[in-house]
Amino acid sequence: MEMEMEMEMEMEIVRDLETKMEELREYYRSGKTKEASWRKSQLKGVLTFLKEREEEIFKALKQDIGKHHVEAYRDEIGILIKSVHFALKHLKKWMSIRKAELPWVAYPTTAEVVPEPLGLVLIISSWNLPFGLSLEPLIGALAAGNTVVLKPSELSPTCSSLLANALPNYLDNNAVKVIQGGAAVGEQLLEQKWDKILFTGSARVGRIVMTAAAKHLTPVNLELGGKCPAILDSFSSSWDREHAMKRILSGKYGTCAGQACIGIDYVLVEKKLASSLVESLKMLVKKMYGENPKESNSIARIINKQHFLRLKSLLDDPEVKASVVYGGSLDEDSLFIEPTILLDPPLDAAIMTDEVFGPLLPIITLKKIEDSIEFVNSKPKALALYVFTKNEKLKKRIISETSSGSVTFNDAIVQYAADTLPFGGVGESGFGKYHGKFSFDMFSHEKAVLRRNFLIDFWFRFPPWNDYKLQLFESFYLFDYLAIVLLVLGLKKPRRCP
Amino acid sequence: MTSLSLEFFHSCSAGAGSTKAFPNSFSKRRIRPSHIQTHVSLSCSSRIFSSYSCSATLSSMAEEVEKQTFDVERAALLVQELRGSFNSGKTKDYEWRISQLKGIAKMVEEKEQEIIQALHEDLSKPESEAFVSEISMTKGSCKLAIKELNRWMMPEKAKTPMTTYPSSAEIISEPLGVVLVISTWNYPFLLSLDPVIGAVAAGNAVVLKPSEIAPATSSLIAKLLEEYVDNSAIRVVEGAVAETSALLEQKWDKIFYTGSGRVGRIVMAAAAKHLTPVILELGGKCPVIVDSNVNLQVAARRIIAGKWGCTNGQACIAPDYIVTTKDFAPKLIDALRDELEEFFGKNPMESKDLSRIVNAYHFIRLTKLLDEAKVSDKIVLGGQRDEKQLKIAPTILLDVPEESLMMNEEIFGPLLPILAVENLEDGFDVINSKSKPLAAYLFTNNEQLKKHFVRDISAGGMLINDTILHLTVSTLPFGGVGESGMGSYHGKFSFDAFSHKKAVLYRSFDGDASVRYPPYTPGKLRLLKALMSGNIIVIILALIRWLRSADKIDQ
Repeated sequence: MEMEMEMEMEMEIVRDLETKMEELREYYRSGKTKEASWRKSQLKGVLTFLKEREEEIFKALKQDIGKHHVEAYRDEIGILIKSVHFALKHLKKWMSIRKAELPWVAYPTTAEVVPEPLGLVLIISSWNLPFGLSLEPLIGALAAGNTVVLKPSELSPTCSSLLANALPNYLDNNAVKVIQGGAAVGEQLLEQKWDKILFTGSARVGRIVMTAAAKHLTPVNLELGGKCPAILDSFSSSWDREHAMKRILSGKYGTCAGQACIGIDYVLVEKKLASSLVESLKMLVKKMYGENPKESNSIARIINKQHFLRLKSLLDDPEVKASVVYGGSLDEDSLFIEPTILLDPPLDAAIMTDEVFGPLLPIITLKKIEDSIEFVNSKPKALALYVFTKNEKLKKRIISETSSGSVTFNDAIVQYAADTLPFGGVGESGFGKYHGKFSFDMFSHEKAVLRRNFLIDFWFRFPPWNDYKLQLFESFYLFDYLAIVLLVLGLKKPRRCP
Repeated sequence: MTSLSLEFFHSCSAGAGSTKAFPNSFSKRRIRPSHIQTHVSLSCSSRIFSSYSCSATLSSMAEEVEKQTFDVERAALLVQELRGSFNSGKTKDYEWRISQLKGIAKMVEEKEQEIIQALHEDLSKPESEAFVSEISMTKGSCKLAIKELNRWMMPEKAKTPMTTYPSSAEIISEPLGVVLVISTWNYPFLLSLDPVIGAVAAGNAVVLKPSEIAPATSSLIAKLLEEYVDNSAIRVVEGAVAETSALLEQKWDKIFYTGSGRVGRIVMAAAAKHLTPVILELGGKCPVIVDSNVNLQVAARRIIAGKWGCTNGQACIAPDYIVTTKDFAPKLIDALRDELEEFFGKNPMESKDLSRIVNAYHFIRLTKLLDEAKVSDKIVLGGQRDEKQLKIAPTILLDVPEESLMMNEEIFGPLLPILAVENLEDGFDVINSKSKPLAAYLFTNNEQLKKHFVRDISAGGMLINDTILHLTVSTLPFGGVGESGMGSYHGKFSFDAFSHKKAVLYRSFDGDASVRYPPYTPGKLRLLKALMSGNIIVIILALIRWLRSADKIDQ
């Protein structure tokens, strides 16, 4: 019965969709969203939403995924507030026309690049950071002057409904619509023609999104995931070693219990360091999450039963189970999985071939830390690569010999907060980049504008053609000013054409 | 057989308008062994990527036959081979990139006449036009890349936020891997080599598929690249639909396609299977708005240069239609008539300075546009055609009905309809009612109109008081928006199009804030808020220092 009602509701949303889109397009055509003042007011609206609804956001995140409110602030609200401030501060500069250099032969021509909004864009976000991954792109889309449809994930329903019910009160309703729903709604949305689609989620759905977009020649940006490795070198200083481990643990369990696209997936370490590493990690996990991590409330739960069972099945493999050196208890009722560490699970096991996306941390031992390069290269390109080392040579090699969305040395996750760095994948981890100005660019078209006047014209541009004109062109294109002058003065012979 | 196979290519042309999907053309050829024999002896025009040899003995002829079957397996082998070269790391090398670019530059320099000849064969492209728009542009592109590569490859420093203090950050351009370039027939040389230059400059291995509709240029490019560049990383695959399909089955790290929106959709859908990003350089109906206050002669010349001076209108950025005021239209037509006569003589059908229509398929497509009821009687100039020579004279039409094919499809030929409107801002509505064009042109001295034009019209690029020239400006991104495509290239934009911008963040272990780590406390939330919203670096530093000591006490 409930299912039926839900289906009916979805159908209703679908029927409503095309009307909504036409309204959004009409509003876009009015030109309102292109105004700088409008864009600013929308960004401020996002800010007010975050500030006024902070408690509700905390609650929704707690309810949907058991996220602790400090974590929620650190990874979602806080970062978003920072991003809005950044966008507000730089909006004028981002919107301004950029002059393009021209060679002097082109005088008195001027060239510029004018950023213009794309029109109506679609943002499909994910459940692990339901606010962060919805609003971060929204900030970019609004700053760039677009109208937007946002579809939050149905897997985090409390957060989605908060976005759908509360967010529009803070924004211009004519320009931003939040549409809730599951796969049926998603499919309907993808049938429509958009001017850009930003999708955050899995590679499987990413392929579907791009295939649908191809029908309308809609450019897409895919923010996918992958197995993000953490390479841990040896350290001489205990302070460094301990902080490296803390950052690894935080990069694994600290962001949505490992259910994050940039969360650490596995650790690569030299064999000789493995046993002491495991001991230290155990100690630190206890310090961070207590003897009973579930009671600490400092670690999120698994989003739903399906994902819980997926993670459980990763551990069900007997060889994998045997490699568990810490944790491993699962509570199906509360969907909680304890921080778990595994030492050298088989490389062909699902836990090492699929994205883990949960609080299981495989540690893979290598003979030499340099072997990590080959190991990383044997897998699809990751969204993020973390390397804990003080070895400058290794750093250089990592940068030039591996490929990933980003590389962070001696920390994890923090690159997500850097507005000046592009955030996005490569290869299997997606394409397109955003955050800061890159978000603005993602939702803008860079229109090239060249301005000429009627005063000067190169007579040699026009037919009928002859060798003299040909030679002038050659000099012109190669900016061979001397040749131009000589030719014009008749001091240089045109080249002979057979 | 050459002509037979050519006709075959034409009938399943990947160009605009053809409605056929991808039939398997090659298997058809394979079931007629008697033809293969003939075909091999004339194999120069449809060679795949075998070594260049026409004087084949019987045994190597059999080998040749084998190699011509460029199917999915062969495509997979090719990609595998190039991936091997890429993984060896040699293409990332600055020296390698430069030497390949120099190879291309040298090739253009040395083989200029052959290129001009091939272009003439395929399109009757006038030598000057070939030189100006294909050879010089390619050379310029190459020289710019050689000159700037060092700078392009340099990591870009990025400021780091206080939340990650102390740290430093940079953005590094790295090659994507093995990329595919599919080019087209109207500028078969430039549009093949220009993206290849970008791909090579960025350090990728490349497969280029030139257009089978310009077969002479296609086979010349295949022959020349084999001679002038490193074949372990840069390859040409010739062929039509079957070969393209085989290539599109493969996993690439980027696909760069120039051509029609219809095939663009197929390319993008194929790319989606492998999550491959695409750049689509498509076309569209590029409008020209002409105001009445302009220097009429100069405007007319510039329009002609952009329309008939560009492969006789067969160019993605050639003016497609003109919008002008009712009063001004007759004057503009007179000016165009005078200048056309000056450029191409009294009988343009005889002029050596005009390209022909590329093939019978496109010739018929254009005559259909022209022969439509309520269109054919709108011709005010030209209209002559010669089916044998595939020539159509520069043709101007006035007030063609809005709903006609000509006003709804990309013309891509020497026909230029003029729409007369009451006032020019009405023209904006006409343009905005169509899909976004690759280029939009405006001729005016009215500053207000210029402002509105830039603000209210969306197009890949725009040019005020001229046509085409923005294409030659390497500091401007060239590419479409909406139906005219996605992604841009030229100059550094080409390098960027084939690079991944890798974010690199360097952190040290100093200044670690314990607020980041659980167990979470209300105090930590307060500090976190201060940290993340604080603007004054001194306060942040003080906080971090305070936290560090707290962290130590903690232990």
